[in-house]
Amino acid sequence: MPELRTEEYQINMGPHHPSTHGVCRLLLTMDGEKVVDAVPYVGYLHRSIEKICENRTYAMCIPILDRFEYVTAMSCNYVFSLAAEKLGQVEVPERAEYLRVIMLELNRIASHLIFFGTTAMDLGALTPFLYGLRERELIMDLFEMTCGQRLTYNYIRVGGVSRDIPPEFVPKCREAIKIIASKLPDYEGILNENPIWLARMKGIGHTDPQQAIAWGVSGPVLRASGVKYDLRRDDPYSIYPKFDFDVAVCWNGDNYDRYLVRIEEIRQSLKIVSQALDGLPDGDIRAKVKAKFKPPAGEVYVRIENSRGEMGVYLVSDGSEKPLRVKTRGGSYNQLQFLPEIVRGRGYLIADIVAIFATFDVIMPEVDR
Amino acid sequence: MLLALVSFELIDIFRWAYQLLADTGLPPVWVMLISYAVLGAVMFGVLALLALFLVWWERKIAGHIQQRFGPMRNGWHGWYQTIADAIKLLQKEDVTIDARDKFVFFWAPVICFVAAFLAYICIPFGKGLIVADLNIGILYIMAVTTFTVIALLMAGWGSNNKYALLGGMRSAAQVVSYEVPMVASILTVIIFAGSLSMVDIVKAQQGHAIFNWFVFRLPFGPIAFLTYIIAATAEANRVPFDIPEAEQELVAGFNVEYSGMKFAMFFLAEFVNMFTVSAIAVTLFFGGWSGPWLPSWVWFLLKTLGVVLLLMMFRWTYPRLRVDQLMEFAWKFLVPVTFANLILAALMKHLGWYW
Repeated sequence: MPELRTEEYQINMGPHHPSTHGVCRLLLTMDGEKVVDAVPYVGYLHRSIEKICENRTYAMCIPILDRFEYVTAMSCNYVFSLAAEKLGQVEVPERAEYLRVIMLELNRIASHLIFFGTTAMDLGALTPFLYGLRERELIMDLFEMTCGQRLTYNYIRVGGVSRDIPPEFVPKCREAIKIIASKLPDYEGILNENPIWLARMKGIGHTDPQQAIAWGVSGPVLRASGVKYDLRRDDPYSIYPKFDFDVAVCWNGDNYDRYLVRIEEIRQSLKIVSQALDGLPDGDIRAKVKAKFKPPAGEVYVRIENSRGEMGVYLVSDGSEKPLRVKTRGGSYNQLQFLPEIVRGRGYLIADIVAIFATFDVIMPEVDR
Repeated sequence: MLLALVSFELIDIFRWAYQLLADTGLPPVWVMLISYAVLGAVMFGVLALLALFLVWWERKIAGHIQQRFGPMRNGWHGWYQTIADAIKLLQKEDVTIDARDKFVFFWAPVICFVAAFLAYICIPFGKGLIVADLNIGILYIMAVTTFTVIALLMAGWGSNNKYALLGGMRSAAQVVSYEVPMVASILTVIIFAGSLSMVDIVKAQQGHAIFNWFVFRLPFGPIAFLTYIIAATAEANRVPFDIPEAEQELVAGFNVEYSGMKFAMFFLAEFVNMFTVSAIAVTLFFGGWSGPWLPSWVWFLLKTLGVVLLLMMFRWTYPRLRVDQLMEFAWKFLVPVTFANLILAALMKHLGWYW
């Protein structure tokens, strides 16, 4: 009997593919249905944000950086403002800090709700996506009420925030927290005990803590592999030390743990927001910053805990009103680079690649910038 | 004659129309040909309308499960939305790729569409409302519904696209695997009905209100129904077994290169298939057309739509299985269970422990 000749073949997953969350191209080497290797190709969404920022004043950089990671645009606003404030030694009023924390945490919840929805959708369950977006809508309404925008906010500015919250914000926000907290058991009910969901998630895409640290992975992906590392706790910024919250952590590092960590983070963020609402002081919302903000020459790197890991800005100033160099760091980039390491030689199928990609929660604007 | 119309049994109307045709004095061959042509046209029309209705219904159900309304703009609750969609698909330019296998690519949707309708020759829609009561009825249905897999494989191959080929291969593996537990579940029923004819199977379930339905024949009936409905979901390529088209993995699987009317054929065939497996489930397990007060065809339709509703609720609740888990589930779980159930049923039949 002649021997059956088989060969590996390559398949392009993306740049236009329903589950690559943007324009990511994964070149998969396949052996039948099994994935032998995956190579990510980035750059399809490159908008040259860092270079554009070099030709803008500090205030003009912020709306551009909104597009850096548009799912949590508040974080992008914040991390740049934080860097500029550190360079210019600006003292931020306490009320502004509280407002910032409320917005950052609400945005983290919104981001994790999108994660919840898209992950379920990538695994074929279409309904949770609508549930996730339904609750995200409450948060979007709060943002719209505050700054008029729903996706790219341009709200957090150098020295504070752009405007105060309207009087009806606090009761509306409390109500939204209550609704989201009451819906979380529903989410767990539709997915956590579903045998198909568990079979698709448990034990797939295992990440080793040492390996994850070596690849510079941060955020929920790192915490799911058992490293209790959260910049809000370990390198505190803003007024996070004032709040009581736990760092969500799991130990197996598989898809299911990454999902659990994010759901737990929603709970913790709700806790932080309600504490911040309770302690919201009166006062100014912005420090006195000159219209032509000119920080002294120098360089600074600041980092915050975004919903996708460490988000940082490296800022160099030459004393003029425009930054000399802006370098951004997003968690997604490292996670996308980590993906082949997880996939290579483990005999995963295409469906597993989709699931791993979804639970890494990679979004392409943060990768390509 | 008018009395026949008042009884609301569709078969009486058909008989009346046939008598009218026969009374015209045409040669019998012509009478036969005309009546079959009319019957075929009626069947096709009804099924096509039913498929359009199911598409609309699925969208409404999906909407309500997801806390939205689904189509609302076109007519009352968007009732002619799918008709508008069908007209749009008919008008669309037929975009094809050059590197396709022309013959296979063209015939795949046609075969899929025709195969979906073939099964209806021996499905009893009501009392006497069956095109041909073949004595091998259920066997015939099982045989022709398997044509679909050839069509999907052809679509996958003819598209000259790796995603489509993967989808086609997956569908072949899936349908062939799930055919085994499906037939084994059906055999359990056939043992007790003592016949392959669909009409005889329905008649075996009449009497004792609903307790003669095979789904209520403890203990093998419910098990056979559950295994059948799982296998049928896989046969109809529905979530959680829709891996041949798995949008998030294979983009659209076997129909990734199809557009316009050819896509519409695959799409409608999927919904016709869903109705087919539901109709078989009703005939085998839920007493077919039998029921009190209402005309028999209404009972049949109500029960079938009930099973369709079940399949639709599966789709909008469950995630999708992975391809290897799907195979494992078929061969390591469903096949042993159905065969054990079959042996149990055979023993009970032999010993006479049944009603």
